[in-house]
Amino acid sequence: MNETPPAPASTGAASRTGAPGAPSAAAPSVAPADSVDLQALLADSNVAEVLDELDAELIGLKPVKARIRDIAALLLVERARRQVGLAGGSPSLHMSFTGNPGTGKTTVAMRMAQILHRLGYVRKGHLVAVTRDDLVGQYIGHTAPKTKEVLKKAMGGVLFIDEAYYLYRPENERDYGQEAIEILLQVMENQRDDLVVILAGYADRMETFFRSNPGLSSRIAHHLDFPDYRPEELEGIAARMLETMQYRLSPSAVAALHEYIPLRMKLPHFANARSIRNALDRARLRQANRLFAQKGRQLDRDALMTIEGEDLRASRVFD
Amino acid sequence: MKITQGTFSFLPDLTDTEIRAQVDYALAQGWAIGVEYTDDPHPRNFYWEMWGNPMFDLRDAAGAMTEVWACRKAHPQTYIRVNAFDATQGFETTRLSFMVNRPAVEPGFLLKRHEVGGRQIQYTIESYAAQAPEGQRYK
Repeated sequence: MNETPPAPASTGAASRTGAPGAPSAAAPSVAPADSVDLQALLADSNVAEVLDELDAELIGLKPVKARIRDIAALLLVERARRQVGLAGGSPSLHMSFTGNPGTGKTTVAMRMAQILHRLGYVRKGHLVAVTRDDLVGQYIGHTAPKTKEVLKKAMGGVLFIDEAYYLYRPENERDYGQEAIEILLQVMENQRDDLVVILAGYADRMETFFRSNPGLSSRIAHHLDFPDYRPEELEGIAARMLETMQYRLSPSAVAALHEYIPLRMKLPHFANARSIRNALDRARLRQANRLFAQKGRQLDRDALMTIEGEDLRASRVFD
Repeated sequence: MKITQGTFSFLPDLTDTEIRAQVDYALAQGWAIGVEYTDDPHPRNFYWEMWGNPMFDLRDAAGAMTEVWACRKAHPQTYIRVNAFDATQGFETTRLSFMVNRPAVEPGFLLKRHEVGGRQIQYTIESYAAQAPEGQRYK
């Protein structure tokens, strides 16, 4: 009982091999196998399923998907290497997601937690999403416990820090954000097996942030850049959203949406998929109003589901 | 004298791997984990010092283990226990409590015999360690 706390890296590694998320991974105590069937490992981990889901459910994002496949392959090979008795040390998987608003950073982070869980890299596979407010305190001595609490909650899963550049405020040298960054760095380095940190934010500001915090930048192995969606991808996203909301577009609405998207993209504060979601929400509002105005009419299932062209064309964007 | 208390008191001291497994079990039941320490070994001493706040919303034992290690580092020569609190209505109490640290040397207890009316004797125990002021025991 009086043993000293073992170096965190070794505890994590030991406990991870027996993680519940790693179904039939051979225990390291068993004599190392001579050869490993990578395909069988892949089938075991169900990771192919998640990757296919990712492909099917997320439109666009080609470079991001390619990078996730790379990471999955790396982890599978790492597991295969362990089975034949090659100790490589676990790879560092802290990431940064950069991209404009609404490009799917949070959604992908959630998937990433699942994938890492299936591959047995994180033990629980939950996502804790935080911003500056959750990490940085308001007075001296408030920041460290607050940051540590969040880190403890995220252990065994993925910590997603949205708009991470707000942690560092160079204009205020007494800002407590620096303290949060230091605690974060320490855990990212020493407890690599316990959690994966994903920093997210807009590309240009993240770059400045990393430049002024070289320690942070050097501990992040994977920088994923989320490209903006093209108009046709946004149409696909709209179709996917309507499907989950159980609505459908009439032919005139499809044409209206086709015109709407390029117009909206030119306006300020365009937030990719988020803008599309908002536009659809407003169209639902107008549809409800329209249906309400037609007093005395029996509404069938079809009428309740269909968004007409006029619902979209009433938007300010067409003025 | 090796003092035992709480769940698993009949077992040898738990290793870190075993502690982790117990904490994982407690978290899987939805219980909150708290770490407490004391340097007063009397069996009727229920209220130990809290090491930080109880940890709600943990998902993995790693977070609790960090606190156990931090507490051991700050108070190596004390008794430390891990409590698992069940907030379910009807329980609202500690469901699991076990020791995870003890001082290197435990001097044990003095049995005092107090003679009262007639030749009747009242017994009481007093820990040798607790004869020193709080914070100066188990040096």
